[in-house]
Parts: sequence; C-alpha cells; structure tokens
Amino acid sequence: MAADAKRIELAAGSKLVARYLLLALVAAIVLFPVYAAVMVAQKSLTELGSLDVLVPDRIDLGSVPTALGEARMGRYLVNSAVVSVAIVIGQVVTSVLAGYALAFLDFTGRRALLAAVAASLIIPFEVTVVVNFETVQQLGGVDTYWALVLPFVAFPLGIFLMRQAFLGIPRDLLDAAVVDGYGHLGILRSVALPLVRSTVAALSLFSFLLAWNQYLWPLLVTNRDDRRTVQIGLKQLTGAVGPDLGVIMTATLLATIPILVLLVVFERQLIRGLTAGSVKG
Amino acid sequence: MAVKRSRRRETRLATALVAPAVLILGVFVLYPLLRTAWLGFFVQDPFGRNSRWVGLDQYRDVAGSDSFLNSLGVTVRFVVLTVPTALVLGLLLATLANQQLRGIRLFRIIFASTIATSVAVASMLWLVLLEPSTGIVNQVLEAAGRDPVNLLNDPDTALATVALTTVWQSLGLVFVVTIAAMQSIPEVLYESARVDGHGRVSRFLRITVPLLGPQLMFLTVVLTIGAFQSFGQIDILTEGGPQDSTNVMVYSIVQQLPLDRGAASVEAVLLFLVVGALSFVQFRWLDRRVHYGS
Repeated sequence: MAADAKRIELAAGSKLVARYLLLALVAAIVLFPVYAAVMVAQKSLTELGSLDVLVPDRIDLGSVPTALGEARMGRYLVNSAVVSVAIVIGQVVTSVLAGYALAFLDFTGRRALLAAVAASLIIPFEVTVVVNFETVQQLGGVDTYWALVLPFVAFPLGIFLMRQAFLGIPRDLLDAAVVDGYGHLGILRSVALPLVRSTVAALSLFSFLLAWNQYLWPLLVTNRDDRRTVQIGLKQLTGAVGPDLGVIMTATLLATIPILVLLVVFERQLIRGLTAGSVKG
Repeated sequence: MAVKRSRRRETRLATALVAPAVLILGVFVLYPLLRTAWLGFFVQDPFGRNSRWVGLDQYRDVAGSDSFLNSLGVTVRFVVLTVPTALVLGLLLATLANQQLRGIRLFRIIFASTIATSVAVASMLWLVLLEPSTGIVNQVLEAAGRDPVNLLNDPDTALATVALTTVWQSLGLVFVVTIAAMQSIPEVLYESARVDGHGRVSRFLRITVPLLGPQLMFLTVVLTIGAFQSFGQIDILTEGGPQDSTNVMVYSIVQQLPLDRGAASVEAVLLFLVVGALSFVQFRWLDRRVHYGS
C-alpha cells in the first residue's frame, strides 16, 4: 500500500514536471523571434555570422543611440505619437457626440444615419485608398500631419460602441437630470460621460493601437523622412543603415515598447474589450 | 427619454452633434467607395489623362485578367493558410495555459505577447531571422550540415513563409480571446464528462470547442477579413514576388494605383465585394446578439 502511494506520488510529480517542460518548450518557440531580436540587437556587425549571436553574454544598449539618431527612429516615434494621439482624440470626440445623438435624440434622418454608419463599418479602408489618395493629393496633403490623421477621425465602430454604452445608462439617472433642469448638453457632460468612462478608455486604447500600427496609409501619403511614422520607417531602415541587423532589431524593438507599456498598464481594459468584442461587439 | 421637446430643436442639436462624424465618414469612406466604383467605368492612359468611358468593359477585363485571378488566388490561399492555423494553434495555447499551476501567469503573458507586435514589427523580426546570409535560420541549418534556404525568394515557399509570420503575429489575439472564455467554462461540466468516460480529446471537442462558439466565430471573421486586407507583411517581406507568388489583392491595388487608376479602382471594388460580404455576415450576427443576446 505504502509503495503504491509512493508510486502515485512519483507519477504525479513526473506528470507535473512534464507539464512544465511542455509549457516551457512551447513558450520558447513562441518567444523565439523576440528573443533572437533582443540578442541580435546587442551584437555588432562582425558577430552576426555565427550562432553565438544567440548567447546572452552582455547587456549592450550601444545601438540605441544609432537607431534613434542615424536611423531616425527618434523622429519616427515622435511622428507616430503625434499622429496616434490626434487620431484617438478625434475618434473619441466624434464617437461620443454622434453616439449620444443616436442614443437619445429624436431627429430627422436618424435611421438613415444609422444605416450609413453601419455601411461605413463594412467598407475596408484598403478599398477606399485609390480615391482617398487622390483627395489628399488634390488638397496638397502629401507629407502633412493632417493627411495622416483626418481620414481616421471618425470611427464607425466607436460610434456604435458609444451609442451602446449610452443606452446602457439607467433611465432613472437621466430622468433625474431632466427634473433637475439639465438640457442634453448638460446631461452629456455631467451625467452620461462620467458613466461611460470605461467604454471611452477601451475605445481610446483600441484606437491608439490601430493608429500606431497603421502601415498602408502612412506609406502612401508620406515621402519625406520627417513625416514618416514608425511602422513604415522600419522598412526604410535596411536602406538607411545597410546590413546592420543589430540596429534594425533595436529599432524594431523600440517601435514595440510604447505598445508594450500601454498593454501592461491597461491589461484589464484590453481583456474586457476583446472579450466584449467577441460576445457583443 | 422623458425629455419632450420639439423635434425641430432636437434635430438642430443632433445635426451639430453628428456633423463631425458624418463629414469625415462621408468624405473619406462613403464618397470614395462610390467614386471608386465610378472610376472603374473609365480607362486612362498611363499618364492619368484621357479618361474614356468604357462602361462595364473594364470590370469584365480586369475580373477576367490573369493578374487579377492570380492575386485573388494568392489571397484566398493566404486566408486558407493563415486563419485555420492561427485558430488551432491559438486554441491549443489556451488549452495548455488553462491549468492551475504555480507560475502559469508567466506562461499566459508569453503566449499573449505577440498581441503587442504590429504587422511591420512582426515582419521585421522574421525578415532578420530569415535573412539568407546572416539570418539565424540559415545559421542553424548550416550547423546541422544542411543547405541554406531562401524561403522568401522561392515561389514555392514564399507565401507559406509570409503566412507563418502572420500566424505567429495572430497567436496572441486568438490566445487572449479564447483563454478568457475558457476560464469561464464551469469545471463541473468537465467533471461529469469525465465520469461519463470521455477522454481528454473528447472533452475538448464536446465541451470546450462548442462553448467557445461565439469567440471562434468572432476570431474567424476578424482573421479572415484581416487576411484579405494583408499588405504590410507582403510589402516588407516579399514585395509581391517572387514571380507574383505573394501578390495579394491589396498589394496589387497599391501597385496599380500610380500606373492605372481605372484598373486599381476595379480591383478595389472587387475586394470590397468579397470583404463586404464577409463583414455583412459578421454585422448581422453581431446585431442579432446585441438585440436578443445578453
């Protein structure tokens, strides 16, 4: 009996070890490209020809100044930050205003507007680039910040999200505000907006991620280095620093750090947003 | 709402509130779609001059052309290579991480980590790994005594390799969405299935997968639409080559844009028909859930 118990314990123990080994192996595979990038980023050009490049033998941030300066990542990061923040502010403002009107106001054209927003929701940006590029060219917008921002200042999904959030506010609260003599703008500012803060936070996070990661549009409307965003700046690196993969990897990691920080800080909003997205939209 | 005011006054306020959104959506979404469809009726010389009305001829010519059929085929293959693979692998990661173990949080963070990468970042990471002369893939092959490979430069392997990088980048999203739902499945269900003699695989297929239905549906639509819109990974990794073997629809549209606006417009409209139909299905499904669901 005692031997049996011991055998079971041993079996359970080795099962546990096996579980951890499997987890560790899978984690190593998933993480490998990032690990390799971190290693390559710290090595010099002459060390790249061998597998020793994967050995974590030092912490060397020497290529960071080169990436930020010579490779212009500093400028690209600033451009991306400016453009993304502007897009977030624009999307939140237009979504809150339109979402409130669609939730609570009775007006001519309300149904038509809902249909138009729904239609916009299913039109991919890639489909409209031909004409949007033409529009921006005609307005002289190539290599301007506004051309990078303006097309994204309204976000159909954001309008729907805000409308849903406003509709979820208990009616009693709104009625009480009306009794207290608030008009619509007063209700929006003092009652409704504070109650939908978490939706605004989730919308801001998603809108920032989408804006920061944009590739196609910034590629089309910028030619000058001083207007390029970080994502398209990455591709230019091979030309700017030649074959120095270390600098290229440093730059690539630098482009990810702002997103990493945001995700760690707003982990809960992200998870809630994504799970809500899959259940409710 | 209890506010009863004249409809006229509400219309004036509503107009002011919706004006910014309407203006932007009108100028940058709805108008471009209509104008793109319109431009498809005209052929242009390569200098963008001498537009000539040709009716539906250009639509027919482009839709039947070898280059369009190639990019449609490449795109569909790309969807087939990426979407099921990302779903299955992400679901396996979630299953693996859905156990009560000390330190499991660390593994969950690692499995979710690729959500922090953009398409461009993921592509750059893999570009450097796959770099033919100093890339790590070839270093490993050399150490193992094998011949070096140039996966992105071979028409037989380029698309699958781009797909691999895309699957890797999507893993985090699939993982995050499915693990959250998996954790909310009551343990009792698994217990009673075990009592009924169902093995691990059977429990996974009969309990986990069906209960994750909404999440898997959401992910399928999101990943499929995303795959149809792929551009960044192609631009960074292969530029559509070799021999057009990775020339997906959006890449082809962007290539045509400065050369032949009419043809680019037709391709954009055809892309819209495909993606629009998919989005419509998603929207209907989502709408129903909002109305009749929780």
